[in-house]
Amino acid sequence: MERCRMVFSGSGGQGVITAAIILAEAAVLYENLTAVQTQAYGAAARGGATRSDVILADSPINFPKVIQPNVLVCLTQESYNKFFDIIRPGGLLITDTRFVKTQLKVDAVQKELPMYETVMEKVGKPIVFNICMLGAVVGLTELVTPESIMKVLEQRIPSGFIEMNRQALDLGLELGKKVK
Amino acid sequence: MTKQIKFIQGNEACVEGALYAGLDFFAGYPITPSTEIAEHLSKLLPQKGGKFIQMEDEIASMCAIIGASLTGHKVLTATSGPGFSLKQESLGYAVMAEIPCVIVNVQRGGPSTGVPTHVSQGDVMQARWGTHGDHSIVALTASNHQDVFAMTVEAFNIAETFRTPVILLFDEVVGHMRERLEIPEPGEIPLVKRLRTAVKGGVDYHPYLPREDGRLPMSDFGDVHRYNVTGLVHDMWGFPSDNPKIVHGLLRHLVDKIENNASQMARYKTFYLEDADTVLVSFGSAARSALHIVESLRPRGEKIGLLELQTIWPFPADIVSQYCNNAKYTVVVEMNMGQVCQMVKTTVRHPERVFLANRIDGVFITPTDIKNILRLIKGKGV
Amino acid sequence: MAVKDYIRERFFPHLWCPGCGHGIVLNGLIRAVEKLGMSRNEMVMVSGIGCSSRISGYMDFHTLHTIHGRALAFATGVKLSKPELNVIVPMGDGDALSIGGNHFIHAARRNIDITAIVMNNRIYGMTGGQYSPLTGPGMMATTAPYSNIDQEFDVVEMARAAGATFVARTTAYHVQQMADIIRAAILHEGFSVVEVMSQCPTYFGRKNKQGSAVDMMKRMKETTTPIGSAAKAKNPELIERGIFVQVDKPEYCSEYNKIIERAMGGR
Repeated sequence: MERCRMVFSGSGGQGVITAAIILAEAAVLYENLTAVQTQAYGAAARGGATRSDVILADSPINFPKVIQPNVLVCLTQESYNKFFDIIRPGGLLITDTRFVKTQLKVDAVQKELPMYETVMEKVGKPIVFNICMLGAVVGLTELVTPESIMKVLEQRIPSGFIEMNRQALDLGLELGKKVK
Repeated sequence: MTKQIKFIQGNEACVEGALYAGLDFFAGYPITPSTEIAEHLSKLLPQKGGKFIQMEDEIASMCAIIGASLTGHKVLTATSGPGFSLKQESLGYAVMAEIPCVIVNVQRGGPSTGVPTHVSQGDVMQARWGTHGDHSIVALTASNHQDVFAMTVEAFNIAETFRTPVILLFDEVVGHMRERLEIPEPGEIPLVKRLRTAVKGGVDYHPYLPREDGRLPMSDFGDVHRYNVTGLVHDMWGFPSDNPKIVHGLLRHLVDKIENNASQMARYKTFYLEDADTVLVSFGSAARSALHIVESLRPRGEKIGLLELQTIWPFPADIVSQYCNNAKYTVVVEMNMGQVCQMVKTTVRHPERVFLANRIDGVFITPTDIKNILRLIKGKGV
Repeated sequence: MAVKDYIRERFFPHLWCPGCGHGIVLNGLIRAVEKLGMSRNEMVMVSGIGCSSRISGYMDFHTLHTIHGRALAFATGVKLSKPELNVIVPMGDGDALSIGGNHFIHAARRNIDITAIVMNNRIYGMTGGQYSPLTGPGMMATTAPYSNIDQEFDVVEMARAAGATFVARTTAYHVQQMADIIRAAILHEGFSVVEVMSQCPTYFGRKNKQGSAVDMMKRMKETTTPIGSAAKAKNPELIERGIFVQVDKPEYCSEYNKIIERAMGGR
């Protein structure tokens, strides 16, 4: 596979870091891929624009940080403004329609998806916004299978919340596939 | 049996390594970026009947593990920059009283509070000379989680073999990054058990009299041998002494037991060094960027390789000389102002051919940073 | 067992000055342990730095002579890792309450089963007579040549406030009471503090014109009184001796064993 460098960004509490970890863990544990995940710590992680980097590959990954992502996700205006210009030319830029107004022209495929609205309408719980985002990323990139994501979720969260997460993941997958 | 695979932080890989090595007592104090080690052990240690305690400060944590080692346990504490400074006096006590123990320092930017959440490798010399007085120390490091695990096990093995504190000098990038770890099967990595005395109760036991092979069998507090442990210079019974012969003999013993076994403790990795005229020397997370640039320059025909040091102290001078003496360029890649670079310069035949590729701004050194420095060194311009 | 079997004769003569109260504390401690009939193999003595801390070397227990102020932190590691051991920590006033003050209050707060003996001679003796947190205002010391302006701690009140579940005070003059109190402190399950007022004729006595060791011991007799005595009611200046606190509270190592049970029982 082509090495994929990703940056998930947003504000603290949106779960972008958790989403990054779930994706990377799914790749390593269930797809036999190599993955490295890093994130911003400290003041940067407490309010303001937070980010988490993930690299997926089928060979060893030495340098663990992402400088130019192939895939960039921005879930807030602040994170969009801060990170939009790091995208690799021709990369994929995913934003949420509710939180981000894309005004700037970048050399990337821009996908503006109503992830938050869909989650609120169909699930009614903002807590699974990040899983919907993950679904959209997987739907657009097909880096890992949704089943692998579900296997990770089943390990990480109480059984009572699995269904809600599955629903959010499916909603994201649909949103992603629709605009692919 | 299928291998146990985990996708975890480097700090957790260290925890897994420590548990594999037989850790049963941890004392610590919260500090970024090492806190995850304490958090995970607070959960995992009692599950196997071990003990975890969050002490009132960094100093107390170091003291508590020394106490617990004396009752016969494998012990660990973990800290970062400022906490490592606070532990130095009791670290020296562990050197003097020859107490097996392992201290993790997940390095962050300093001096003082510095940049707590950013990476640095600035504690190399502090690990060597942080506690006062002549002494020797063992410090290991690693650049990836499999090696963090292995070096943690190694640290416990060396601590028990040589009755010495061992420092694990990790850094923020390796500590916080998540990647794959495959837990070795039990027995896959050999473990060193504490050597206990065979001397029977009622017979004079000498806790500080080395055997012919240099090792000193121990006796647990609570067992039949009651002896004295002190940070004062002491005789073979552990009784304080200022007899010049005893002072000299003890200091020589403390240094020699480490320095004379430097080659036995040298752990390192080599990449593409067979024909390399440019040798990068690196360690910890910086070695990841170094390897990245080596692997991207090799296909372009550049004869470049990497020597990754995993044992920092005692400094593996023989290994460094072996690989760097004939190199046209030796470039030390580290995130400090040249602490290992200085050691390499004093070691190799041509110190004028040793260069530093570093970064000290809290930002992880990139392959491009190294590439640019290589071009400057070779007079090609950036 | 004979009293002398509790000491390491190899270590003698001891380094204390003639007239020092610390030898009397050693004596009281041995008598207490002897009465309890405890095996020497189950006794651990952990000390720090100072005149008082040398007491550990003289006892034929497992002895750990550590660094200044940190004895209780080392002792916490010994005790928690092997709770069946009896851990006694003799400390000086500077060792326990100045450089070691933080460890003192936190060991008390945890109520870990350790017996702390504060040998209070109101001075740093080993370094030659500097003022300690128990010297008190108006006293002279080599670092208080114009008289001391530092207020002192009350060890008993401090230990009580920090959560110690056994707190007592005695003096080097009252040897019988000292042995009894130390015995009760060792038997107590939890953090025990025994303040033993001890004389330092060499530094505190000489600097403050308190005469010989005998004079200083007489002063201890005259300036102290049993808790709640009629004499105290008449003269509030008198210092009370006896057991101030003796209560049952969950002990740290026992509580940790419950954590282990919970952790092993599947969270």
